[in-house]
Amino acid sequence: MTMPFYVSPEQLMKDRADYARKGIARGRSVVVLQYDDGIAFATENPSRALHKISEIYDRIAFAAVGKYNEFENLRVAGVRYADLRGYSYDRSDVNARGLANAYAQTLGTVFTTESKPLEVELVVAEVGATPELDQIYRLSYDGSVADERGHVAMGGQAEHLSEKVAESWGPGMSLEEVVHLAVRVLGAQPEGEDRVIEPTALEVAVLDRTRPRRAFRRLAAPALTELLGA
Amino acid sequence: MSRSAGGDGRLPAAFTTPGTSSFLDFLAQHEPSLLPTGRALPPGDVPAAPHATTIVALTFDGGLVMAGDRRATAGSMIASRHIEKVFPADDYSAVGIAGTAGLALELVRLFQLELEHYEKIEGTLLSLDGKANRLATMIRGSLALAMQGLAVVPLFGGFDLDRGTGRLFSFDVTGGRYEETDFHAVGSGSVFARGSLKKLWWPGMNASDAVRTAVHALVDAADDDAATGGPDTVRRIWPVVATVTADGYRRVDDAALAAVAAEVEALRRTSEGGEQR
Repeated sequence: MTMPFYVSPEQLMKDRADYARKGIARGRSVVVLQYDDGIAFATENPSRALHKISEIYDRIAFAAVGKYNEFENLRVAGVRYADLRGYSYDRSDVNARGLANAYAQTLGTVFTTESKPLEVELVVAEVGATPELDQIYRLSYDGSVADERGHVAMGGQAEHLSEKVAESWGPGMSLEEVVHLAVRVLGAQPEGEDRVIEPTALEVAVLDRTRPRRAFRRLAAPALTELLGA
Repeated sequence: MSRSAGGDGRLPAAFTTPGTSSFLDFLAQHEPSLLPTGRALPPGDVPAAPHATTIVALTFDGGLVMAGDRRATAGSMIASRHIEKVFPADDYSAVGIAGTAGLALELVRLFQLELEHYEKIEGTLLSLDGKANRLATMIRGSLALAMQGLAVVPLFGGFDLDRGTGRLFSFDVTGGRYEETDFHAVGSGSVFARGSLKKLWWPGMNASDAVRTAVHALVDAADDDAATGGPDTVRRIWPVVATVTADGYRRVDDAALAAVAAEVEALRRTSEGGEQR
């Protein structure tokens, strides 16, 4: 009779976490930055159809890094969750906290019960009436949630990028300033010269608190060129 | 929302099942009781419920105007003086409703959500024909209710981004979808409104002429149909008038409508003097 090998729970969890982290580290980074009139999201993404940043609801957006099929699935689930909630109750009853909880439970359950954890990291952000009421939640592959203030960087070189963002970011920056900062940070490399990313290779979107109802807006290449040109 | 949280708190399987971009299909799978078609109707007559009346729509050079009066009736009683019956379906289309108000408003809400849901999931807008077909499917699903006397008859129109023109669709209770040319009206006062539009519409009219024609048609309908309300100058309640152009859906503001209503009234006063000749 063969005995199954004993694997300690610590080892099991560590293996899974390493596996997920490796998957996430392969992808390009996403930075999320708060500015005076909203929240900006930016990533390097040459595709115009396969988005990493998307609208979930009127004031809520979603950004992800990792495996596309896995976070796309979570994004669709989020849109369904928000639309169902808004239809059952009212549009004003849909909030980022509820959605972040649902995602956290899903990620956590998959991490502990299924054979393979989800190789994704997410940000769920909601823009409020004032910058103080903005909410940014960062969710990890194991279901842990962090309530972030001001800025988040995730993906490939998350820690390196976070440091660079923290150096230059301050409350009350304008959209132009945060987009400049985002592009500079995304082009940073651990060693060697920093790259300059062309506007056509960028995916940038904002949750603009001054817009009525649906706050989400993508900044296409022409608008970005104009914004970065100054 | 009862089943939205599973035993372990994770999102239920219906949420993460890939496939459909339709909110209706998702609801049918996950929570059919929230759909109008998911409810069985008890036997017996339906008590008097508010009915919404006349909607007119016409195309102009570069878009479409849709307008609805503000009256809802329950039998011979006026149930509401300020109900709104013309809504944006999305950025480039408008939907107006006649028929049982409660069901019609639910239909509009579901239709708006259906279009927005598709847009968010797919990242693109549905074509105008696609939107009209979607609405036809929703009406077909309510045929059983229509047979109980709870009919909903919408009028749908929008700006076709591919063709660069305004287009207009009417529907019947069986889900038939008919593209109308130039203009159309639905609801109890539609016969009179259509007659009015026939005389007042001309090809290549501009937006402000189209708005005036739409208001004029509603005034004509209110003149002959008791269930249609005309502009209320005492309470300052004006019809809901919206234009849909390449710039999107815009509701005409009250100040502009007050001026248009005054203009139409002046036209009629001089041509239809009631005093003895």
